[in-house]
Amino acid sequence: MSVPHWSDIAMLAFCLVGTLPLVPAFRLRVLRQPTRLLLTVVAVGSPFLVWDLYATRSGHWRFDAAQTLPWRVAGLPLEEIAFFVVIPLVAVLTYEAVRVVRRPGAARRPPQRREVR
Amino acid sequence: MTYTAITVVAVLAAVALDRWAARTRLTTSGTWWASYGIIVVFQLLTNGWLTGRRIVRYDADTILGSDRVTFVGEGRLVYAPVEDLGFGFALVLTSCAVWVWLGRRSGEDGS
Repeated sequence: MSVPHWSDIAMLAFCLVGTLPLVPAFRLRVLRQPTRLLLTVVAVGSPFLVWDLYATRSGHWRFDAAQTLPWRVAGLPLEEIAFFVVIPLVAVLTYEAVRVVRRPGAARRPPQRREVR
Repeated sequence: MTYTAITVVAVLAAVALDRWAARTRLTTSGTWWASYGIIVVFQLLTNGWLTGRRIVRYDADTILGSDRVTFVGEGRLVYAPVEDLGFGFALVLTSCAVWVWLGRRSGEDGS
């Protein structure tokens, strides 16, 4: 595989590199709720994946074989399936980080919640 | 159905989910719109990469624009068909709405 094959994956990696640091920076508890996160990804990803399958089969859009990895699942590049995992995660992380920033008093007190279990 | 038509349906469905089905009402909150504002900038950037490099190509018959990939104009914004904005809006709103709805149900998030 040549470098261009990684073009699509590079975009997904960029999304994760940009948002995963929000977890430690704002002490987000998103990744500590794997069930909730998994349910979100499955519930949201599924209908969009069906749309993607329909659109790809109907020829609404197509993927450049030279710029995606060779693996296909039901005709979709693996990256396209990963997209529907990465984007919901990125959306949730951004939303939760903004919530922390906009929380009353957040400007004066940076997030330093200590949890008592 | 064209990509344009499906996009309109998806946006309406996402708003209906947020407003009435899940009653998360994120589209009435400044927090969600601020989040979306950040995300849409990065969507234009990453989607511009995907479409500008022709990693994804669109059939001219299913979009408002043509198959000419321009930076702005001809139904495109940063190389991507404007329909992609609707796609992204629906995907981001649905993700956040389901996340918040699940959190409220399980009591993990009381907001």
